[in-house]
Amino acid sequence: MSQVPDQHGRFGKFGGRYVPETLMNALIELEEAYKHYSTDPEFIAEVRQLLKQYSGRPTSLYYADRLTKQLGGAKIYLKREDLNHTGAHKINNTIGQGVLAKRMGKTKIIAETGAGQHGVASATVAALLGMECKVFMGEEDTKRQQLNVFRMKLLGAEVVPVLSGTRTLKDACNETLRYWVSHVDDTYYILGSVTGPHPYPMIVRDFQRIIGDETREQIVAAEGRLPDYIVAAVGGGSNAMGIFYPFVGDESVRLLGVEAAGRGVDTLEHAATMTKGKHGVFQGSLSYVLQDEFGQVQPAHSISAGLDYPGIGPEHSYLKDSGRAEYVPITDAEALEALQLLSRTEGIIPALESAHAVAHTTKLAPTLGKDKVIVISLSGRGDKDVESIMHYLGGNGIESH
Amino acid sequence: MNRIDAAFARLQAEGRTALIPFITVGDPDIDTSVDIIRKLAEAGADMIELGVPYSDPLADGPVIQRASERALVHRITILDCMQVAEDARKAGADLPFILFTYYNPVLQLGLESFFSLIANKGISGLIIPDLPIEEDEEVRGLAEAANIHLIPLVAPTSHDRVVRIAAKARGFVYCVSSLGVTGVRSDFHAGIDEFLRSVRDAANVPIAVGFGISSREQVERMAKQADGVIVGSAIVRRIEESLPLLNDPATKEEGLNRIRDYVATLKV
Repeated sequence: MSQVPDQHGRFGKFGGRYVPETLMNALIELEEAYKHYSTDPEFIAEVRQLLKQYSGRPTSLYYADRLTKQLGGAKIYLKREDLNHTGAHKINNTIGQGVLAKRMGKTKIIAETGAGQHGVASATVAALLGMECKVFMGEEDTKRQQLNVFRMKLLGAEVVPVLSGTRTLKDACNETLRYWVSHVDDTYYILGSVTGPHPYPMIVRDFQRIIGDETREQIVAAEGRLPDYIVAAVGGGSNAMGIFYPFVGDESVRLLGVEAAGRGVDTLEHAATMTKGKHGVFQGSLSYVLQDEFGQVQPAHSISAGLDYPGIGPEHSYLKDSGRAEYVPITDAEALEALQLLSRTEGIIPALESAHAVAHTTKLAPTLGKDKVIVISLSGRGDKDVESIMHYLGGNGIESH
Repeated sequence: MNRIDAAFARLQAEGRTALIPFITVGDPDIDTSVDIIRKLAEAGADMIELGVPYSDPLADGPVIQRASERALVHRITILDCMQVAEDARKAGADLPFILFTYYNPVLQLGLESFFSLIANKGISGLIIPDLPIEEDEEVRGLAEAANIHLIPLVAPTSHDRVVRIAAKARGFVYCVSSLGVTGVRSDFHAGIDEFLRSVRDAANVPIAVGFGISSREQVERMAKQADGVIVGSAIVRRIEESLPLLNDPATKEEGLNRIRDYVATLKV
């Protein structure tokens, strides 16, 4: 596949820069700074050093023996992004962008968050680098993820509850962009996914590709070859893009993005952007969007706040329409089931987001021979979700074994 | 001749500044929007921006966000907004209409389809706040062919982009008075005067200022440097405050007159 994005920030027809004029020079400045620093050996060394010594990379690629046996098919490996500092892959990107912000001379950081993982990762990096931090979070999500709200405050960040629209991730993104328009002079916006206007989808992908780069090395060491499948959850799509990207040129590796089907793709309550969406411009780029026939963006639903988003990164749309990656839906109920399965078979409580990838694997693995290899991107750990899982499973209704 | 050009030519001859109110169409409903447009014309509006309600209005502050939400309760579409222009014209509002819409509603109709649907609706200009010059080539071509002015925005952060944007401008250049989203504010950007001068130097078309203008005093200040003044949130807020009156047939006229009287105070 050709080098993407092109100089206009296009992945095929997708991507671009659909933002108010006030932000255009800020995005151009960011693009130029990134171009400069991404080839600067000192910058690269600083980011690598922090990923290693601060976040604990490389994360392990763990062979899930009991899960593999339970499902009775392909060998399953888990790329343990949950073992990162702060509990998810989000820190890979916030370290990169945080150091970039500092090099650009910015003193303030803003970020949007859904599940709170990106907010926590941004607040963490702000504390680490001595910068001020404001995190915008939909009011609905602040209720679902109270622990992460408190965590951000503990880290010295200000959490701004967003009361507009659906009060979830999409509105948190809108509000962060609106705030940035007003404070563009001294503020750096750490966007958390491979979404938004160019150059963000490229920058976030580049900072997340370490997931795929490590996976490649580790799976070759373990199996002597590349995997047959890579399975990752997609909301905006940053962990998926990160693990997919280094494998895009390897046609033998099938790339599967798992999106949130909520209560089902045939209901009105889902976040299955690829399955049910159409091409449209949303939050700065052209991509698949959940929308009505007149272009109004539809509210999304997922049990997982991190996947509860009616858009998706433009590079995913490019991979989908070119046939390089496939996208499949998993319901709330299936994700909850998978979360319990992984907890009991491997002693790993995954984040609800990552549980979607596990759930699809429970369908896929049994259909494959024992010689096949699946890698799941286990993007985050479930600690943040324990309270809401308890609620969904009916309090103490869960049986003890 | 495009009605916007004709209006500016007339105003220039009279030595006056254009008053350009903005409303969100369908707030609180379609019929009332037509009534409000008539009253704005009575109050001395020289052209009117018709805002298409949108689920994710990135460039707008809370006042216009709420207006969008109210309109979307009734599922107002971009087609309804075009129809309102046509109806308002028939009801006697004889002034240029400018459609203000985010890009996605236009894109979903299909660009060619959008321009064929908008023809003959009495709409002379188009503002798409999330379509910067890098992305607007196709829309620009179709707008030119349809004799609809694609009116660009420039911001105090545009710097070296001002010249390129102004060169392509049709109708007028919309100068954003301050950083941030739409909404009433007491201060303009510190470098506003210099910014407006730079736009003036670069533009071959009139320049108008918007974002944050709500008082006669502010209009007077801006009128010294610009050919037009856009007032949005302050009017939309008056509409919001008048909703109880507008929603009751017995008091509707009183509500409409309140909006008219407020806008009349902005006429300089």
